[in-house]
Amino acid sequence: MKAVTGNRLADGAVVYLRDDDQWTSDILKAARFADEDAAPVLAAAQSRVREIADAYLIDIDAGGAPSGRASLRETIRTAGPTVRADLGYQAERR
Amino acid sequence: MYRYDEFDAAMVAERTEQFRGQVARRLAGELSEDEFKPLRLMNGLYLQLHAYMLRVAIPYGTLSSRQMRALAHVARKYDKGYGHFTTRQNIQFNWPALVDVPDILDDLAKAELHAIQTSGNCIRNVTSDQYAGAAVDEVEDPRPYCEMIRQWSTFHPEFSFLPRKFKIAVTAASTDRAAVKVHDIGLRLYKNDKGETGFEVIVGGGLGRTPYVGHTIREFLPKEHLLSYLEAILRVYNLQGRRDNLYKARIKILVNAEGAERFRDMVEAEWALMDKAKVDLPVEEMARIRAYFAAPAFAELSQESEGFDQARTADAAFAQWANVNVAAHKIPGYAIVNISLKPIAGVPGDASDAQMETVADIAERHSFDEIRVTHEQNLVLPHLRKDDLYAVWKALRAVDLATPNIGLVSDIIACPGLDYCNLANTRSIPVAQRISERFADLETQEDLGELKIKISGCINACGHHHVGHIGILGVDKKGEEFYQITLGGSGAEDAAIGDIVGRGLSSGEVVDAVEKLIEFYRENRQNSERFLDTYRRLGAEPFKEALYAAA
Repeated sequence: MKAVTGNRLADGAVVYLRDDDQWTSDILKAARFADEDAAPVLAAAQSRVREIADAYLIDIDAGGAPSGRASLRETIRTAGPTVRADLGYQAERR
Repeated sequence: MYRYDEFDAAMVAERTEQFRGQVARRLAGELSEDEFKPLRLMNGLYLQLHAYMLRVAIPYGTLSSRQMRALAHVARKYDKGYGHFTTRQNIQFNWPALVDVPDILDDLAKAELHAIQTSGNCIRNVTSDQYAGAAVDEVEDPRPYCEMIRQWSTFHPEFSFLPRKFKIAVTAASTDRAAVKVHDIGLRLYKNDKGETGFEVIVGGGLGRTPYVGHTIREFLPKEHLLSYLEAILRVYNLQGRRDNLYKARIKILVNAEGAERFRDMVEAEWALMDKAKVDLPVEEMARIRAYFAAPAFAELSQESEGFDQARTADAAFAQWANVNVAAHKIPGYAIVNISLKPIAGVPGDASDAQMETVADIAERHSFDEIRVTHEQNLVLPHLRKDDLYAVWKALRAVDLATPNIGLVSDIIACPGLDYCNLANTRSIPVAQRISERFADLETQEDLGELKIKISGCINACGHHHVGHIGILGVDKKGEEFYQITLGGSGAEDAAIGDIVGRGLSSGEVVDAVEKLIEFYRENRQNSERFLDTYRRLGAEPFKEALYAAA
């Protein structure tokens, strides 16, 4: 399955597209799409240039965790630096 | 130290205003990200994994206390309370918001700082010896020449769209602390047999996916022709350098494709045709720039300091630090202090706003207001009285800046890696942390002597792994972090690209592997051999065996 992610334009924070088309920092709240349905959703997200610096698709599993080849990168992106647990979304979530 | 004139101030102010407008247009949606990206990169602003990253230039690694305080202010007000000093003597802030960046640049400009020449395919911020003006082994202070290069290269219209980025390093000492042989151009100022000083010009060195040690294309260049000769090199590169392939666009590819001799002939032919007087600085202008770097008002002191000697006898921890982190100064009674940004299990190169403030205070009080950044991601207080060393050490220790490990096994260069960087394949910092923890014992470290471990999280080699005595390169294998070890590299005057020793190691294996290599060195070294010396004497094979035999 796929989710749409990007960095928020104003501050660069990592965000995911929700079912209601809003952005969230919580990957567990990200909308999940079947692989074949993802392309038009991504195109729509990419057109929201005032909200997002860039948008792309990531692989995500049924539990809402990054999966596939880029899973380490995307896990670090969603949480924050592994060497600074006090920074990034992992710090807010605690 | 160099102070801005009215041209510098106006140029930086104009650039910041221009960028403020560009940010506003981007936020309003008038510019797309594709249109905005090259503009933000020209102002040092990247987009990384978690946030934007702003890289601020520290020309030739020299900072005043006021400038260091400005960096602390940015860290505190706009970022998350710290900054990361880089292998190009710059600083990076990891969490600035785009909407704040114009204000950040305004605040920096008040302290004569900016983010120009920290990104893009231009001549980048010039780097130099962190001991400049203080080193016992230098022929003269190299920084006036760095400043001349800075003024010549900033917004140079002909060289604003080079095939690729271009890095120049300058040293004037016999010990190369600026890694001049692995830069696009390395300049070594020295005195020839006739007693004249001039530059050895080294071209085509570099790291990244195709590492090379540079070639000397001119043994001796008279100082007054520095800029015209650089311009001739850049012209040849600008015309002949490849633009069809990002990975073959650096000057090192051109130099090595043509051969150093043919490349030199092309440069010399270009130089012969040039109207040199149009480019080279008049003698008076060189003198004017040199005056900015006049030596501070050193006192006449005796070489020995009673207070320093007493403190060393009385305080073993201080003595250890003084042994490792303090270097000889060219003026009697003074010393150079290295401040390690590599605490055991810390993040290499990171400093908090409070630490920056402390360093600024100490520099103002004790070091003629001067601070240096090193390409090994540490700081230097260049001009301290030996009488003051004990007090300075206590002040540094109070903010965890007195780790006595300069040049030792835990003084590791590591790129930000996958913890921050958009290009990385693997993490670097955790590997550095685990190695420094493994070798935390200071007596062990001192016993091992000079040992340079350098770690990169991808082939772009920002962590300089090719020139590590032990280099570690992170590679992605089907989503798993693996690490490739290289041995025998050096970025100093004995520059060499390290040899790849064998198959990649998993994250769980890599620290044990480093320990095995070091253990083999310890058992086989002769006399006062460094790790690198033993490796060069014995060659790669026995080290490979030690590494993989029992594995």
